Amino acid sequence: MRLTDLTLKELWHRKSQLLSGLLAITLGIGVIVGIRSISIVSEKAVSVNLDNLGANILILPQAASVDNYYAADIDAPTFPEEYVEKIVTSTLPGVDNLSPKLTRRIKLGNESVVLTGILPKSEIASKPIWQQGGLKAEQLIASCAPSKTPKKYLDAKLQRKGIDTLANNDCYIGYSIAQRLNLSEGSTLTLQNKEFKVTKILPETGTVDDDRVFANLHEVQSLLGTGEQISAIEIMGCCNEITDGLLGKMRNVLPDTRITTIGQIVSTQIKTNQLMNKLSLVFLIIIVFVGGISIGNYIWANVNERRKEIGILRMIGYQKRHIYNILILKAMIMGLTGGIAGYIIGTVAAVWLGPQFAGISVSPLYILLPVSIAIAIIISVTGSVIPAYMAGKIESFSNMQED
Amino acid sequence: MLIQIKDLTKTYQRHNGAINAVDSLSFDIDKGSFITITGPSGSGKTTLLLIIGGLLRPTSGRMIYGGNELNLDSDEEMAIFRSNHIGFVMQSFALVPYLTAVENIMIALNVKNKNKAENRNRAIELLKWVGLDDRTTHYPRELSAGQQQRVAIARALANSPDLLLADEPTGNLDPGLSREILSILSKINKEQKTTIVMVTHSPVAAEYGDVKIHLQEGKLLGHSIMKKVFVS
Ligand SMILES: Nc1ncnc2c1ncn2[C@@H]1O[C@H](COP(=O)(O)OP(=O)(O)O)[C@@H](O)[C@H]1O
Ligand SMILES: [Mg+2]
Repeated sequence: MRLTDLTLKELWHRKSQLLSGLLAITLGIGVIVGIRSISIVSEKAVSVNLDNLGANILILPQAASVDNYYAADIDAPTFPEEYVEKIVTSTLPGVDNLSPKLTRRIKLGNESVVLTGILPKSEIASKPIWQQGGLKAEQLIASCAPSKTPKKYLDAKLQRKGIDTLANNDCYIGYSIAQRLNLSEGSTLTLQNKEFKVTKILPETGTVDDDRVFANLHEVQSLLGTGEQISAIEIMGCCNEITDGLLGKMRNVLPDTRITTIGQIVSTQIKTNQLMNKLSLVFLIIIVFVGGISIGNYIWANVNERRKEIGILRMIGYQKRHIYNILILKAMIMGLTGGIAGYIIGTVAAVWLGPQFAGISVSPLYILLPVSIAIAIIISVTGSVIPAYMAGKIESFSNMQED
Repeated sequence: MLIQIKDLTKTYQRHNGAINAVDSLSFDIDKGSFITITGPSGSGKTTLLLIIGGLLRPTSGRMIYGGNELNLDSDEEMAIFRSNHIGFVMQSFALVPYLTAVENIMIALNVKNKNKAENRNRAIELLKWVGLDDRTTHYPRELSAGQQQRVAIARALANSPDLLLADEPTGNLDPGLSREILSILSKINKEQKTTIVMVTHSPVAAEYGDVKIHLQEGKLLGHSIMKKVFVS
């Protein structure tokens, strides 16, 4: 019978009260773990999106929102394709890989897909992840050197010429479409009554691109009957130039468009994440107080209930420090339990609720387990120091007298 | 001579004034003696016993154990003194409710020896000695009052104390069980040569002592000695 055994037996003896003592800290840790699990995954998703996009400037019709662009609704606004040339001929430094796109959500059998018209080379060059998948394009290196830039884009026709290599009846399809429609390279599919050959199944990116069918822009324009219209121009801009006011200069060239950086698009998400992080910090502070006080309060009630026992232990020769040890050990066990339980609750909640509320699938973050345990133990031990100190003061005799 | 008690006074401050629960008491506890303390309720018997056992700090006075002055103000020193030399038996048994008989004894042994297996064997041996070897894994609530008191006696003997202090050990027991407990105490005194100081208000129990001290209002009223005189 060591002090640990004694502590464990006592915990078990009063197990029903334990639950209420642990409630605050368990829930507190649970909330923090839940928020962190979701926000860490979401932060990762943001950086994956940023990497995969390649392009970092988006030119949209004035009336369109970024959501419109991604949703690619039937009536999503468009603007003339010649805007591409306007940008190219403006010879603004820091603009590379212009990639005009026309996107529309259409039916392919029973599946809804986003038909995207592209001019392939620039599209490919501005998507690093596709290059990893083995698609080689004539590399268009984003170059910000002012001396090179004007030369490179002086002849717009030259720039456009080499791009048109996606044959009119070829298409690339996203990974998840291929999965859902059971398509492989070489199979055919019918889009708007025209047959296309699948030349390439794009590797999985985890983005909207997985749900897209890519075909030649001009073919798509005629299929959809839009004329020489496009929904967006994606551009790879140089970071230095962007901070030097590239966007403003482009707005002067194309006054009736919306020009945003991808940074602005994801910054909303980043802001949400920052809010979540702040929220978990607030929760941390709250549980430090509420959890600490509630465990301290529990230990204090426990001490009062155990006055007689503590008196007995003192009577048989235990010193004050043994009494402290018993109570601090108890607080540590409670912290350990609360930390583990909170981690489990928070993780289960995040895995379960993440997809429903944040639209992301969350997997357990094991690193949060030791962190939760450490935080919970520190909180519960801190909360128990004063009650334990008071318990050391309990004098044996006052509990032994019956009369 | 085991313990010399010199001028012990314990004053309690109460709303209606201070009272001396123990009032300038001096006497000696001889090695191997069986002292009984009697006196009316509130005469200071328990207070005196707790001071001797180092559980209560006297307001003034000294105690000399085996020729050495005890530092009655040092909490730690008195805790060590208790675990080395003193065994307590209380009227209310003072057993930990969520520990079995054998575990109640093991926690006392654990103060000085951390070896669990050794402690278990010693605890079982002690339970055997008080005639409870068939009740080792019973919880206090599963034991009769007499059995609980025997567990408490076994625990008091755990660390082989020189001095066993008993506060009304038969106060909660009927006469038959009282005789059983008293004969165990008497056996401890005779066979193990353990010195015993027992507080009782039962005249029958008091007869077991070879030194009888009578207290009234914290003062020594009578002191009848069967073998030796220890009045200072
Ligand atoms: N903690 C205490 N505070 C105040 N007075 C006390 C306390 N303990 C005991 N007393 C008083 O001291 C006196 C002696 O008490 P006690 O030693 O318990 O007597 P006995 O054991 O002989 O009945 C009594 O008057 C009692 O009320
Ligand atoms: Mg008493």
